Amino acid sequence: MTSSPELAPTIIAPRTPQRRTRGRTNTELYAWLFMRVSGILLVVLVLGHLLIMNILDGGVQRINFGFVAGRWASPFWQVWDLLMLWLAQIHGTNGLRTIINDYTRKDQTRFWLKMALYTASALVIALGTLVIFTFDPNIN
Amino acid sequence: MSTTATSRAPAKTKFGGTLYRGREGMWSWVAHRITGVLTFFFLFAHVLDTALVRVSPESYDTVIATYKNPFVNLMEIGLVGAVLYHALNGLRIIAVDFWSRGPRLQRQMLWLIVAVWVVVMVPGAFFMFKHSFEVVFGSK
Repeated sequence: MTSSPELAPTIIAPRTPQRRTRGRTNTELYAWLFMRVSGILLVVLVLGHLLIMNILDGGVQRINFGFVAGRWASPFWQVWDLLMLWLAQIHGTNGLRTIINDYTRKDQTRFWLKMALYTASALVIALGTLVIFTFDPNIN
Repeated sequence: MSTTATSRAPAKTKFGGTLYRGREGMWSWVAHRITGVLTFFFLFAHVLDTALVRVSPESYDTVIATYKNPFVNLMEIGLVGAVLYHALNGLRIIAVDFWSRGPRLQRQMLWLIVAVWVVVMVPGAFFMFKHSFEVVFGSK
């Protein structure tokens, strides 16, 4: 085949900035950044939580309703637990979203798995937040 | 995997795998996913069991008693180990992403976090299991 100049493919100059398709956003960049920022905070919040609950001062054997009431009497631990709940749940949801995106093959499967994930996450965040804010030490 | 195969095979190292595939870089990634998913599902159950403080002190104390069982206690140590690995490896990922020497030192950093994991887990597991040990072997 002889090459004719009219049919030669257009070669884009190297280092031409990639043109953005319309409607594209930076969501994935923010998700990536969120994983790292929340990750650092969670290292402190979660490892601190595990140390206090499982190791210090008798560990899990001393935990009961009265122990929870004593802790949540302080706004410090309320904020700690609330922050930990929200950050961990969103961090975990984004992690599972990535895994679903990686391993599902059909669009339908991907869609429904993510819907189930988001529903479960919203439920956990709502329930956990409600419990922290409405806790009543004199419930009985 | 097969869809991304290139015509040029990656250089083999003297240990068998390639620089990344089948080596520390890949296995740390696999372990990060597994420990992350495990923690996600535990968090779901854990928010639900804690929510029982809004039902009654008795129902909360009943479900927390499960955690004090020696066998569940053993699984709890596994969970702490999983979370600790995920936290340490997360910090390693951040170092790879943001530290200029991170990518080159990723393998050394993995062995560093493995060492930290062992140093923390040995006393951690000891204190977590102390009470269960006394229950199982009769001194309590």
